[in-house]
Amino acid sequence: MAGLELLSDQGYRLDGRKATELRKVQARMGVFAQADGSAYLEQGNTKALAVVYGPHEMRGSRSRTLHDRAVINCQYSMATFSTAERKRRPHGDRKSTEMSLHLKQTFEAAVMTQLYPRSQIDIYVKILQSDGGNYSVCVNAATLAVIDAGIPMRDYVCACTVGFVDETPLADLCYAEESGGVSSLALALLPRGGQIALLQMDARLHQDHLETLIEAAMTACKGVSKVLDEVVRQHLQEVSVLTGE
Amino acid sequence: MKDTPLANCERDFLLKAIEEKKRLDGRQTYDYRKIKITFGTDYGCCFVDLGRTRVMAQVSCELVAPKENRPNEGIMFFNIELSPMASPAFEQGRQSELSVKLNRQLERCLRNSKCIDTESLCVVSGEKVWQIRVDVHMLNHDGNLMDAASIAAITALCHFRRPDVAIQGDEVTVFSPEERDPIPLSIYHMPISVSFSFFQQGTYLLVDPCEREERVMDGLLMIAMNKHREICSIQSSGGIMLLKDQVMRCSKIASVKVSEITELIGKALENDKKARKAGGRCGFAESIPQERITALKMEESPVEMMDVTERANDIVQKAEAPPQTVPSPVVPVPGVGQVGQGLQNTWGLEDDDEEEEEEEENGNRGEEQEGKASKMEKYEKEESRGGDVVEISDSEEEEVVILHPETSDKAPVNTGSRSSSHQKGAAKSKKK
Repeated sequence: MAGLELLSDQGYRLDGRKATELRKVQARMGVFAQADGSAYLEQGNTKALAVVYGPHEMRGSRSRTLHDRAVINCQYSMATFSTAERKRRPHGDRKSTEMSLHLKQTFEAAVMTQLYPRSQIDIYVKILQSDGGNYSVCVNAATLAVIDAGIPMRDYVCACTVGFVDETPLADLCYAEESGGVSSLALALLPRGGQIALLQMDARLHQDHLETLIEAAMTACKGVSKVLDEVVRQHLQEVSVLTGE
Repeated sequence: MKDTPLANCERDFLLKAIEEKKRLDGRQTYDYRKIKITFGTDYGCCFVDLGRTRVMAQVSCELVAPKENRPNEGIMFFNIELSPMASPAFEQGRQSELSVKLNRQLERCLRNSKCIDTESLCVVSGEKVWQIRVDVHMLNHDGNLMDAASIAAITALCHFRRPDVAIQGDEVTVFSPEERDPIPLSIYHMPISVSFSFFQQGTYLLVDPCEREERVMDGLLMIAMNKHREICSIQSSGGIMLLKDQVMRCSKIASVKVSEITELIGKALENDKKARKAGGRCGFAESIPQERITALKMEESPVEMMDVTERANDIVQKAEAPPQTVPSPVVPVPGVGQVGQGLQNTWGLEDDDEEEEEEEENGNRGEEQEGKASKMEKYEKEESRGGDVVEISDSEEEEVVILHPETSDKAPVNTGSRSSSHQKGAAKSKKK
């Protein structure tokens, strides 16, 4: 792709990061009183809200009930003002439906659904501002919300996108990099066991580079998991102070 | 209509078979089903058979205004149609999860990998470009729809010819195929999707799962590659946890499969080109007389026939002759009768069972001691049993025995020490 130089000769990226550097992650848990669990997460300029309801009785069509585990219901939406061009439909188009599906799949792998037979867990995620890595930001925010709701998970699920430029993997792509024709790979990881809950890649990449790219994505995910862990611990401290224990 | 759920025993059976590295259709773990590619009468129409999965792809084109942000690029549109014709589980008119998944995967596989030169589809920049529409219809669902769809779509795109256009000033003329030869699309590479299904939390892996296998699998990994070993898209689905090594292994298998399939597509296109050049009839109309489109046609499946005749003969010779005796009516106790080889009638006979078993053991030992149980002896036994049948009416023990005419060896032994001694005696007498 002509035009943008994604990685300078000195090894810096468009926004001044190093190749393996993540964007700044800031998060808060328990942002809504109504929901069972909620979280707000910023990763650079990408901002997302996640809300969890449940586990509760099945709503809507009861025929979807599973007798041995909980159903996870995900809805991904993007605020109309989240992108440079105003979005017409916040959810329901093919891309959002697919994103909802992927979120569902990720959390089916991570949440201990077998503890809640015949029930349902709703995860609603909304992108408030989109600047690349929407999927991974949603996963990270939803993880915090699920933890806030007190639903047991096998491990944190951390997601990260990784690009590949000039034989170098770039961690945590921003929008400019994503749209600059980089082959990008999104990966959701359960860091402790190194298990991949979701793997998705677009654009062309030679087979020989796959391993380095997955490796880089896993390292980035582990970095994210550290940040999330800190957020959870800090939140718990605050809560315990407030409740006077 | 919802799919009928798989019975537990069938599920267990399938999983057990997969554990033993066996598949229902006799394939190996990494084998594809037979792929057959046929073309329709028109350019851009292609049928793909993957085992019993059948898919049709049709490419069409249209002149439209381009997208604002890409004024000099043609538009690609992909659509996978899951009609209820293919499987009763598909519902009409609703975007199911499966259809969204397949559609997006096909889009990612073919559009995002930029396998088609969209800039060559521009006619007048910012005003008119070609929109290429690929419609994939599922005709029969027997698993692995994605691979079949991706093969059909890329083959149809390779086969497709768009009308030639000429621009004079502001005027755009589209020529019919009679006036000017239609032009093929420029295709850079051919991405082909390969599906891997995982079983038992990722312990077992199969390539090209059929419908049954898809129903018991834990998750799926789809890898689209081209023959230059470039990965065009990867997508995992279903709630499985993969490990990095598994992904690497799958990508290696995929590269081998893709090169095979690409070669096959190349051959199919070549054959079709020849047929068209020769002016012979080709396409869908031709497939009816050749019975290419009936489900009743059976593929001859290769069965190992190496030494079947000898082995069969061996078995026949080793087998003993079936007993000639005709079951005679039995009257265990007055008022209860039985004929034939049915269940043992225990009416009023409960207390005899234990005794019988003991006697059986004794009898067996006796037989071993005798050692070389020759055919002669067997013959004798049969005879002696024949004798028993005659004696029926005086003792209950003996009557129980006759109820197992198929276990002719044990039958005389069962009659107890008395009759076995009698039988030995008979054998001896014969030897003498």
